[in-house]
Amino acid sequence: MSSEAIAFTTVGQDTRPISERLHDWIVTVDHKKLGILYILYGLVFLVLGGIEATIMRIQLIVPHNHFVSPQVFNRMFTMHGTTMIFFVVMPLLFGFGTYLIPLMIGARDMAFPRLNAFSFWMTAFGGVLLYFSFIGGYGLYGAGNAPDVGWFAYAPLTARAFSPGHSTDFWTLALLISGIGSIGTAVNFITTILSMRCPGMTLGKMPLLAWLNLIMGGMVILALSPLTAAQIMLSIDRYLGGHFFDTQAGGSAVLWMHFFWIFGHPEVYILVVPAFAFVSEIIPVFSRKPIFGYPIMVAATICIGFISFSVWAHHMFTVGMSSYGNTFFTVTSMIIAVPTGIKIFNWLGTMWGGKIQFKAPMLFCVGFLFQFLIAGLTGIMLATSPFDWQLGNSYFVVAHFHYVIVGAILFTIFGAFYYWFPKMSGRMYSEALAKWHFWLFFIGFHLTFDFMHIPGILGMPRRIYTYEPGRGWEIWNLIVTIGVLFQIFGVLAFLGNPLWSFWKGELGGNDPWDAWTLEWSTTSPPPDYDFAVTPVVRSRRPLWDRKHPDDPDWKYE
Amino acid sequence: MSSEALTPSSSGPEWVLPSRGRVGMFSLIAAESAVFTIFVVAYIFYLGKSVSGPTPKDVLELPIFATICLLSSSLTIHLAVRSLRQARVGAFGLWWFVTMALGTIFLVGTGREWRHLIYNKGLTVSTNLFGTTYYSLVGLHAFHVTVGLLLIALALIFTLLGKVKPEHSERAEVFSLYWHFVDVVWVVVFTVVYIIGR
Repeated sequence: MSSEAIAFTTVGQDTRPISERLHDWIVTVDHKKLGILYILYGLVFLVLGGIEATIMRIQLIVPHNHFVSPQVFNRMFTMHGTTMIFFVVMPLLFGFGTYLIPLMIGARDMAFPRLNAFSFWMTAFGGVLLYFSFIGGYGLYGAGNAPDVGWFAYAPLTARAFSPGHSTDFWTLALLISGIGSIGTAVNFITTILSMRCPGMTLGKMPLLAWLNLIMGGMVILALSPLTAAQIMLSIDRYLGGHFFDTQAGGSAVLWMHFFWIFGHPEVYILVVPAFAFVSEIIPVFSRKPIFGYPIMVAATICIGFISFSVWAHHMFTVGMSSYGNTFFTVTSMIIAVPTGIKIFNWLGTMWGGKIQFKAPMLFCVGFLFQFLIAGLTGIMLATSPFDWQLGNSYFVVAHFHYVIVGAILFTIFGAFYYWFPKMSGRMYSEALAKWHFWLFFIGFHLTFDFMHIPGILGMPRRIYTYEPGRGWEIWNLIVTIGVLFQIFGVLAFLGNPLWSFWKGELGGNDPWDAWTLEWSTTSPPPDYDFAVTPVVRSRRPLWDRKHPDDPDWKYE
Repeated sequence: MSSEALTPSSSGPEWVLPSRGRVGMFSLIAAESAVFTIFVVAYIFYLGKSVSGPTPKDVLELPIFATICLLSSSLTIHLAVRSLRQARVGAFGLWWFVTMALGTIFLVGTGREWRHLIYNKGLTVSTNLFGTTYYSLVGLHAFHVTVGLLLIALALIFTLLGKVKPEHSERAEVFSLYWHFVDVVWVVVFTVVYIIGR
């Protein structure tokens, strides 16, 4: 009875010439095409950012290495950080959100389809502009090409006197433009989720992915705007001779730090909340149990959203704030661990007693649970201001935030990719290749980032292009670089999987995972109109109700 | 059949969701508020920190007339939207035009004030911190007024061409939210720059 309702259907092959089909993708306002464009765009930049990371790790493999010059090294860490945050993780998360939110809430498209296209192309233009600096950044001065001021671009290094030429302007404008795109996407997410839900889907019956993206949208609106404002101020300083961050005219370099980090710390949660959303969808399906503690999950995420705006200055303990400031930001940074811990227990509670299936999406989510826990624990260590005075700006910090961004966020993105790949493409991926990807990347990740903590504790500062032998850092740097090799092979397996699937993948059908949310009720890939008939839902798991009419969820919720 | 739960049923209460335009505009207003907050914080933080003159007390005069014009334009745009909702397109056009005129007067007032400051008082963006923060904050607001005026002008052209119908009243109302927001921001800017900062 149940399998019949979710029939095996495919969409007819498109036989038009390739130029017309490409043109469709350029002018599209369809949320599914834009979502896929976001994801492809993020993957291209993932490779670029990965190449930059590899260059840095080759340079640091032995002391006194001469693989790249100090100037190039500065450009590499600036471009790597900026690329990975703004042009890899954000587009990937926005891509999944854009693709999935309308499908999950039973809508035809986003609330503002043209704004959706506008936001994507703004983000895309921002990334292209940033990379154009490699060839266009010389400007009139012949001074440097790509930005080399670090991804948080502290003043007064960004002043005209210290950053001549246009390299810093490429950084500023790229972030300003992609920031406008992000705000547009956030407005669209919020409006779609609040105003486009299908009949019966009250806020309490929304899938957690929609809930968490709603909260993420609110955070983007409040956090990206300060960054945009700060970039406008920096441009005024650099082009109109303003003095916002010019210490010689009474301006304050610390004000830039505050403005940057009041964006920068919520940004971490902007990235991790959609990652939580993926985990909250994947773990229940592969544990064959509904999510444990749905209302608590929502409440904890809202708490995280609020508290994340009051922790920013823990990035500035080493700057020298008052003892009250240090105390306040230490306490808030520790408090935010509480709702985060609640979420971890909820996911564990979901898995507890479930029939766990270790398919690739689930493997990445289980990896996420452990790695995110460790990332959170080192985060609590660094939130203690005396500890931070000791290890601030060391490789310990670098290892900590890579544990969050790679170990937690990137792992769940990989999991989400495998989970929704059959829906997006209509074909299954290769489970064997995906397992290779997981294990290679898992080993590489732990070789690199576990051992990166140690040179940090031994006093190795971040952003140095080389180091003296005999400080006990050599062996750790060697291991860290070897780990990168594993990660590269892991990513190659990852990128190879869609190609394998294109030629050899079997058709996945509408609902390969026997899942419970609305996107699995339509065809794979979904038709342009998403749903032939607007669905009506009565519980949080509409497909469960449909597959089990004798025992539906809405009787108990 | 099993697809019962997913197909629409005619029974049950009516399914009403918030209007897209209003939710979208309120989200945009939240984002803009955050941008203005940062500029206001910078202005207040740098009050009295300029290492050279002129100071706000030396050069700023209260722009009372321009302020009255801008604030009253909130009332006229409200009247315009109400007229359109009552299907009185002519009255809508009239109030809409008055709104545009009042906004333009405000913008001209800002322009004259800047001209006075630049040519007579020698205050530019690069003169001192006061100049940097003053022109940025007031300029950001003036930029928002300009964007609003362009949109009002566009709608006015449509009105004159007879394309505006009563069913567009919700769109006009959504735009009026933006215009009210620009006015509220001016109240904050006026208080910070011309009252507290002087």
